[in-house]
This record gives sequence, structure tokens and C-alpha cells, in this order.
Amino acid sequence: MLSLSEIVAPVVLSLTLALVVTALLLVIATPIAWWLCRSRWAGKEAVAAVVALPLVLPPTVLGFYLLIALGPNGPGGAIASLWGARTLAFSFEGLVLGSVIYSLPFMVQPLRNAFEALGEEPIEAAHTLGASRWQTFFRVAVPLARTGYMAGAVLTFAHTVGEFGVVLMIGGNIPGKTKVLSIAIYDYVERLEWGNAHMLAAGMVVFAFVVVTAVTMIERRVGNR
Amino acid sequence: MLWRTLLLGAGLLALSSTQALSSTLALAGEVSVAVAANFTKPAEEIGAAFTAATGDTVSFSFGATGALYAQITQAAPFEVFLSADNVRPAQAVSEGLGVEGTVFTYAIGKVVLYSPWIDVTDGAAVLEEGAFRHIAIADPTTAPYGRAGLESVEKLDLTEAITPRIVTGQTVSQALQFVDSGNAELGFVALSQVMGKPPSQVWTVPFDHYSPIAQDAVLLKAGEADPAARAFIEFLRGPEAAEIIRKYGYDLEE
Repeated sequence: MLSLSEIVAPVVLSLTLALVVTALLLVIATPIAWWLCRSRWAGKEAVAAVVALPLVLPPTVLGFYLLIALGPNGPGGAIASLWGARTLAFSFEGLVLGSVIYSLPFMVQPLRNAFEALGEEPIEAAHTLGASRWQTFFRVAVPLARTGYMAGAVLTFAHTVGEFGVVLMIGGNIPGKTKVLSIAIYDYVERLEWGNAHMLAAGMVVFAFVVVTAVTMIERRVGNR
Repeated sequence: MLWRTLLLGAGLLALSSTQALSSTLALAGEVSVAVAANFTKPAEEIGAAFTAATGDTVSFSFGATGALYAQITQAAPFEVFLSADNVRPAQAVSEGLGVEGTVFTYAIGKVVLYSPWIDVTDGAAVLEEGAFRHIAIADPTTAPYGRAGLESVEKLDLTEAITPRIVTGQTVSQALQFVDSGNAELGFVALSQVMGKPPSQVWTVPFDHYSPIAQDAVLLKAGEADPAARAFIEFLRGPEAAEIIRKYGYDLEE
């Protein structure tokens, strides 16, 4: 039977990772999505394709290149040396970086769609009423795009909780640091401890169901105001 | 009238050639073999030699012993199982998945400490000194080489010092990836994976530091009726395979 600590540690780790990544992506994806929506540059769809790559690439491919990039011979090693470590792999910070890249399109796409759905009129109206560009963005565009933000946040959160292939490649399976829920379940299956795997997996299903239902209900209330 | 005859003739020709084709295919058997990750290179060579000798082909699936066994319990279509331990083949027979009397030890494994970054000529000293951040091993509960690595660390009385620095790969192959990519400075892997590397990179762990890694094979129920599967097992026990197995640093039961 699973002890409480064996359940709590991977669950807390997965939830923390998902929350941190979602918060980061809300900030990072906004300017990208806004630029993709408003830019007239000829190469913008190429940029959009690069952003969408993690949707198509198998997670193990992404994880493999991340393993090299996070290591002492890549940029990850340079970043890690700032706080005296050798590599970003096998750490929570490395997982955050990997997950941000992996979930980027799940935040950018809904935001871009929401921004594009605004059309020109609200922006132009705000300008004629004397709003600066910052004011237009924060007080007109963002509130009107709130359903896009909700959708992006839910998708990113769920996608990060379910992440497996990337974490498998760069995590090192360290309890409390990189052994997330999906890896823990996989471990139990491999060891033929199916009772424990059932418990964790069933918990995950229930959680996902509750989150999605709650957010859908909130979306209805907020969206129809 | 002419078209119909031509069509009929073409149809008959196609039918007879598929018959000929399928009977040729029936002559060349294919054996599906599940192999523990550490035995990847020797297995591929043995497979090629087997095909050259008998004409039957072999299709390999490599993975962690535990993962492969889990799949076998769920009726994965493997005919032969080359495990990295001697526990799971016996378990297969007792659980009715393996054919009785076909379990045998095909190789005795050697675990090594490998590092292309630190000189490990005296591996014990390197471990004691502890001048490294991460040491990679395969998951000890599913990969015997990981278990052997842990046992040797314990034999050297370094468990407490080393445990916080351990990063676990799913298989010995992943443990090797962690080391080769530089993310872990060193790791416990199978000798066969690092054959040919200079001695400063490989430290062969003394045999009394860990319980022997007797790697057993078993014929699975799926392959019971397949003559090609039995032929492969016979080949594995034969002199040609023995030469290949020794070449990759494994011992054989005397």
C-alpha cells in the first residue's frame, strides 16, 4: 500500500510545476501572441510555426535535445553555473524550462486567437478616445481576451501535469525534485505494483475532471458578463 | 472478349504469384525477441549471425527487464525473453508465461563505473573522494545493473554519501546517456556498452562487491510452437554465439 508521503510528494511536485509553468507562460506568451496577431512582417508565420513545433515534435525528441542543451556543454550549463551547479538537468528549474518550451504553443495559440477575435474596432476606438498603447493593451485588449487567457491557462496547466516524455529524458527520477506524478505512476507499472498505480492514476483522473469542470463553469460566468 | 480473357489471365497470374510468395515467406521464419537493454550490441550481432546461418530473421525489442516483463504479462507477442536477471524468467515459467525447462543462463554480466569526464582507473577512490555532483544508475528495481551499482556502493560503505547524488535512468542505456551527455559525471553501466573505451574511463567493479548478474533466457508460450524460436535458443547456446558474448565482456557459465 502507498504511504501518504509516497502519494503527496509527486502530487505536490506536479501541481507546483504546473502552477509555476502556467504563471510564467501567461507572462511570456502574451507579447508573443500579441505580436503574432498585430505584426505585418512577412516572416511572422514562420515564427508562428516555430512556436507551434512542440505540438508536433515527439516529447522524446524535445527531451533529447533538451538533455544536450541543459548539460554542461550547452546553454543550460552556463545558466546553472550562476548558482554553482553543473547542469540544469535533474533539477526542478530544468523541468520548468523544459515545460515552458513544451507547453508554449498551448498558451500562445488560444491567446492569439482571442486577440485576433477582437478585431480592429475596440483598439481604434480606444485610440480615438486618447488611450496610450499600454492603456489600450491592458485596459481594453486583455480584458476582452479573457476567455483566451482562461483557455490557455487550463490547457497549459493540464498539459504540464500530464507531461511525461520530456521529464523522463531530463529528470533523473529524483524523489521530491523531479519525480512527478506521471513518472511515479509509470514506475509502479514497471514494477508490477498495479494497485499503487491504480490509486495514483485514478486520483489524477478525478482531479483532472474536477479542474476542467470548475474552469468551464467559471468561463461561463466570466465570459458572459 | 479479349479484354476479359486478358483480365482473367492477369488475375490468375497475380493469385499464383501471391501463393508462391506466401509459401516462400512461410519458409523463412521470424523470431520476435525481447532483450534487456544492456545486451543490445551483442544481441544484434548474434541476430545477424543467426540469420546468416539459418535464413530466419530476428526482430528485437530492447528495454528495461522490468518493463519488458510487464509487457509480457499483458500478452506482448514476444517469443523469446533475454532478461538481465535470473528472477524474471523463472517467474515467467511459474506464472505460466514461459515454457518449462527452457530457462538457462546465457551470460554473466559485469557492471562497471564509467566516466569520459573523470579518470576512474581507481574507481573506488573516485567514489570515496566524492568530487562529483551526479552519478547515474539504472533503476535498481527493474534493472539488475542498477541494483549491482547500489550494492557495490554499499560494499564500499558510501551509501549515505552517494545516495543524494544519484540520478536514475529507466534503463542502463539511459544511465549511459546521462553520462555521455555530461549531465552526470559518472555512472554504473554494463561492460558491454563501453567495450573499447580506454581504461581511464572504465573501472570494472570487483565481483565480490555485488551479487552475480546471471542473465537468464526463456522460451515464452508465444514461441512454443515456432521452430524458428527454438532454433534461435539453440543458436544462443552454441559456440558462435558464445564467442560473440565473450567478445562483449560477458562471462559464460562453465
